[in-house]
Amino acid sequence: MRLSPKDWQGLTLAAIALIVVACLPLVASGYQLSLGVTVAMYTVLATSWAIFSGPTHYISLATAAFFGVGAYVTGIGITYLPYWALPLIAGVIAAVMAALVGLATLRLSGVYFVIFTLGLAEFLRQVITWGQNISGTKGIYVLTSITEAHIFWQLLGLAALVWLAGWAIGRSRLGFALRIIGDDEVVAKHAGIDTARAKILLFMLPGGVAAMTGAILAPRYVYIEPLIAFTPMLSFQVVIMALLGGTGRLWGPIVGVIPFTFLWEAISRSFPNQTTLLLGIAFLAIVYLLPKGFVGLIESARRRTEGWS
Amino acid sequence: MTPVLSLRGVTKRFGGLTAVNSMDFDVAEHEVLGLIGPNGSGKSTTLNLISGAFPVSAGEITLRGAPITSMPAHLIARRGIARTFQLVRLLPHMTVLDNVRAGAVFGHRRRWGHEADRIAAEMLDKVGLGGRGHLAVGQLTYIDTKRVELARLLAGEPKVLLLDEWLAGLNPTELQDGIALIKRLRDEGRTVILVEHVMDAIRSLCDRCVVMAAGTKIAEGTPAEVLSDATVIRAYLGDDDA
Ligand SMILES: Nc1ncnc2c1ncn2[C@@H]1O[C@H](COP(=O)(O)OP(=O)(O)O)[C@@H](O)[C@H]1O
Ligand SMILES: [Mg+2]
Repeated sequence: MRLSPKDWQGLTLAAIALIVVACLPLVASGYQLSLGVTVAMYTVLATSWAIFSGPTHYISLATAAFFGVGAYVTGIGITYLPYWALPLIAGVIAAVMAALVGLATLRLSGVYFVIFTLGLAEFLRQVITWGQNISGTKGIYVLTSITEAHIFWQLLGLAALVWLAGWAIGRSRLGFALRIIGDDEVVAKHAGIDTARAKILLFMLPGGVAAMTGAILAPRYVYIEPLIAFTPMLSFQVVIMALLGGTGRLWGPIVGVIPFTFLWEAISRSFPNQTTLLLGIAFLAIVYLLPKGFVGLIESARRRTEGWS
Repeated sequence: MTPVLSLRGVTKRFGGLTAVNSMDFDVAEHEVLGLIGPNGSGKSTTLNLISGAFPVSAGEITLRGAPITSMPAHLIARRGIARTFQLVRLLPHMTVLDNVRAGAVFGHRRRWGHEADRIAAEMLDKVGLGGRGHLAVGQLTYIDTKRVELARLLAGEPKVLLLDEWLAGLNPTELQDGIALIKRLRDEGRTVILVEHVMDAIRSLCDRCVVMAAGTKIAEGTPAEVLSDATVIRAYLGDDDA
């Protein structure tokens, strides 16, 4: 892969930005750092979600399922294995799961896929609850010496990997294949693209990444139970943030994540009992008012200033 | 010499309807075969079966002797059979060049990078759209969308082209351009199945014709032979759309 001067410029800028952001734990208060972790978490989840769902238009609500699997991998594995190994194991397990889910659903139409992925988190939650009832346990304590700063840095590293992967995929045959599939799947097939394989391969990315995120974040929760690990709210939030920012560009989701995280923080303080309702309203508002997210808004503004809209 | 493409007893049933009924025909190398017949006679379905859009109900299709019957569409495309659609299908959110690049990158000869860009630009030149690769497909006239679709096929360097009423819907001047374009493909020695209604085009482009009516082959021969065949005339006149 040859890199143009413009590519190098972009990569350098991204690296500098990353280093600056990595200094946050050194200067921020506990509360600020905690918000920083939340932003980093949603950035990783929404960006990896958009890498698959952006081009293919398959709306995945499986984020919570994979995130929960990751959290449980750490919860159970922490007694036996070093902490650093757990996100990797979680990532591999979830990527395999995603491949199986993809195999079962990605040949079907988008509607079946949405419902199946939503059901998956619920199914896993019920299975674990059932397992706990049988064994008589309730939740799992994850007691480690991992600090909020460690978690932040790991998530930042993961975010860098996700962006790098997204950037590489965007320039690859696989990325091109997915854009064609998103535009017209029939044409894609008759042009020689193995559409099922391409979709399954790419679906493994957000699956694996969500599980790694869950595995990294597990120590933050201290106590893990099914309702926390597999909360369906997470899946919806990720979709909303990615759509708010826009999925047409790799940097789109983070443009949605940052304002949403702060807004959400304020909402859940002021109206702790109406969060689900407000999430639904936010979703409808975005789909109606900003179908292409901030990215679409910025790009149409740019086109207008260039004078050919 | 073994034919490039060969159909034996190919049949397709949709529920109670037999859309294609035991079709037999061969296409030789460098041949332009016209597949003609009234509307609803099963021409598009035949192309769909060859290109793997759906599986056959019975029969066998071979490409240079190798069976491709009911293979998934993408594998058939990779083996070198490229098709257009009766209603033009482009990639609506991509540029003209990317539409054609799709064929170069994923078709029969899978190319990448500068190689794919070069072929795509070459094919745009060939269909008369040179220098217009940057346009959005929404900005194109109807005939130009057809040209883009054809360029996408050619960019994959296929062995066989299946063109489904590629000339339909063109105005008289466009039609002349369209016929000239297909004639150039023919002169390059390409192997083509041409589903067509335009009689002038059939006469001037096809080496041989297979005539279908109600899913069945009713005649086969040179354009002059089949167009004067009594059964064929009856099939066309018996139908409103002759
Ligand atoms: N996917 C399908 N499902 C059901 N019936 C179909 C399908 N495709 C075509 N047919 C039917 O098969 C017959 C032949 O159609 P077609 O091959 O499109 O004819 P032609 O291209 O010669 O006009 C028609 O009666 C049509 O309604
Ligand atoms: Mg037809």
